[in-house]
Amino acid sequence: MKKLFAAGALAAMVLGLGFSAPAHAKNFTEIKFGVDATYPPFESLSPSGKMEGFDIDLGNAICEHLKVKCVFVSQTFSGIIPALQARKFDAILSSMSKTPEREKAIAFSTEMYNEPTSLIAKKGSGITASADGLKGKTVGVEAGTIQEAYANTYWKPNGVKVVSYPGQDQVYADLLAGRLDASLQDSVEADYGFLRTPKGADYALVANVTDDPKDVLGSYVAIGVRKNEKALLAKIDEAIAALHKDGTYDKLQSKYFNFSIYQASAN
Amino acid sequence: MFNLAGYGPTILAGTLTTIELSVLTLAVSFLIGLIGASAKLSRSRIAVGVATVYTTIIRGVPDLVLMLLLFYSLQIWLNDLTDALGLDQINLDPFTSGVITLGFIYGAYFTETFRGALMAVPRGQMEAARSFGMRRFYAFRRILFPQMMRYALPGLANNWQVILKATALVSIIGLSDIIKATQDAGKATFRAFFFSVLAAVVYLVLTTATNGILLMLERRYAIGVRKPAL
Amino acid sequence: MIDIIHQYWRAFLYTDGYTMTGVAMTLWLLVISCLIGFCLAVPLAIARNARNPFLRGPVWVYVFVFTGTPLYVQLLIIYTGVYSLSIVQHTSFLNAFFRQGIDCTLLAFGLNTGAYTTQIFAGAMRDTAFGEIEAARAIGMSGFTLYRRIIIPSALRRALPMYSNEVILMLHSTTLAFTATVPDILKIANDANSATYEPFWSFGIAAVLYLCISFSLIFMFRRAEQRFLAFLRP
Repeated sequence: MKKLFAAGALAAMVLGLGFSAPAHAKNFTEIKFGVDATYPPFESLSPSGKMEGFDIDLGNAICEHLKVKCVFVSQTFSGIIPALQARKFDAILSSMSKTPEREKAIAFSTEMYNEPTSLIAKKGSGITASADGLKGKTVGVEAGTIQEAYANTYWKPNGVKVVSYPGQDQVYADLLAGRLDASLQDSVEADYGFLRTPKGADYALVANVTDDPKDVLGSYVAIGVRKNEKALLAKIDEAIAALHKDGTYDKLQSKYFNFSIYQASAN
Repeated sequence: MFNLAGYGPTILAGTLTTIELSVLTLAVSFLIGLIGASAKLSRSRIAVGVATVYTTIIRGVPDLVLMLLLFYSLQIWLNDLTDALGLDQINLDPFTSGVITLGFIYGAYFTETFRGALMAVPRGQMEAARSFGMRRFYAFRRILFPQMMRYALPGLANNWQVILKATALVSIIGLSDIIKATQDAGKATFRAFFFSVLAAVVYLVLTTATNGILLMLERRYAIGVRKPAL
Repeated sequence: MIDIIHQYWRAFLYTDGYTMTGVAMTLWLLVISCLIGFCLAVPLAIARNARNPFLRGPVWVYVFVFTGTPLYVQLLIIYTGVYSLSIVQHTSFLNAFFRQGIDCTLLAFGLNTGAYTTQIFAGAMRDTAFGEIEAARAIGMSGFTLYRRIIIPSALRRALPMYSNEVILMLHSTTLAFTATVPDILKIANDANSATYEPFWSFGIAAVLYLCISFSLIFMFRRAEQRFLAFLRP
């Protein structure tokens, strides 16, 4: 029995060390979303450990439209695409932007929303959002994000110290502690998730960062799925369109923001 | 000062998760250790070779590297296996990954502990048992195992302490244990120092309490053995 | 795999172009923490075996706390906890020290390995053969000389196998450094994984590097044992 199992495992391993079959044509009863819940107001954890946020609400609305169960799985952002490939969940719903680099590995749905990238720092710090303005300073980013790629591509080679953290909450913790001079993240997240909270009272927006010749920042935020999951992708796109059509999207949006995050464009 | 700011239930849940994880890991590595020790002491050269490779690799690669490796890779291999067999995907959540990885790692340490303990039991015991006509497994269960446990207990106690502390690493692959709970609480309430020390205190209580239990167990298994008067 | 090696080999080994990373950083962490631990452990082990309870007590508490809690928790206390205290924030020296991730890491690792090493050395000192001490006292050695000429050399030799075990375990523990933003081997492997989506090769290469370092350490310690414990050879 043990030998049979071992032989079977060996055969399966040899057959495909990267082979990933599409989800079985089993009954489509639930969607598992991978979420990095350190990014309020889009996804965060309440003190009781429950997930909440704009993305979570949108996810629940999509599942309701498709009449399936929603399951949210916590996953560190830097490992979220490998975890998707390993089929730990079916889709990524974590404020992930569509970039040419990421499109090589996974497929993206239609737009969920859009927001620029911004740099924040302590009020009166005199920092400017450029390689020269930040020379010698320490900037914090979340590992695996477009902001990390941006900082490493344009600023690190010019003498700016870039530090990566496993979660956005840890970036803010060190910003508040004084280890960081500035941090780079999605602008709406910075605004609603930090600057408008009591913790962010002494901090302010420095500037939106848009100068991106190598297109590291990508375009809109969308749901990511494995490349061979065409049926799932179609269903999700259809659900997103339906949410806009019947006004659910606007209703959820107004719960969090007083502007239209769907229309806000970066580049 | 002891205000937990609403994080009490999460911290309690985290502590329970840590205890569950440690106990399950202990069970898994105990079993693997018994198998490994038997393999190392067996007459089959292949068994000895495999067991030696196993313990050498485990002692040479850090726990955290193996944990990350298995967290992603084991899932992929398991997917391939269940696909090939036509079964539903078995999802390895952080808890299960943690148990499998830590059990696998500490199985190697238990292999060494049990190997020493098995060798310490006089050969005459098993010989006598077999000459009575007892079957191998029955003899192991009634004769070898109880005597071996007396020698194995100090090593077992030590390994248990190490496992209890190693479960802290599983929070890095996302398990909601006491460390994650206290870190989240500390960040949200600005009292990072208080909450990190709280996590340390919980671990200290766990290690001290289990130390006491193991001391009692050692005394029980050593009944009938005369200790030299020092 | 070739891509990963091609892109990351330099980062894995010694630098990513900006700071020391990879194997170089891991070895640096290992050597410095073990040095701190060793220098702490010798006097503390002597104190641990002292007759005066005011010397024994604090050392016992230190060892109890640092061996009873996980290293990860200790690192978090020093990295996130201590730095948030207002005393630390407002004293410029302390602030500058705890600001750097690597300082916090070395402090935590050093204190941790110091506690375990103290335990090992104290035990080894206690195991000194009674006859040796009797003979030394008979010749008239006392106090400092007794320790310097007889107890410490003999105890260190006896402790060598267990100490080598502790150093290997310290090597395993250096993998925690990446949680304090220190770029060691595991951090580079993590970066490679999130950029290339190849966890098996990224972490596999890291595992192989650690195996090589472990084997080198084991080999070095075996040579040391052959030299210093030559009298125990069969």
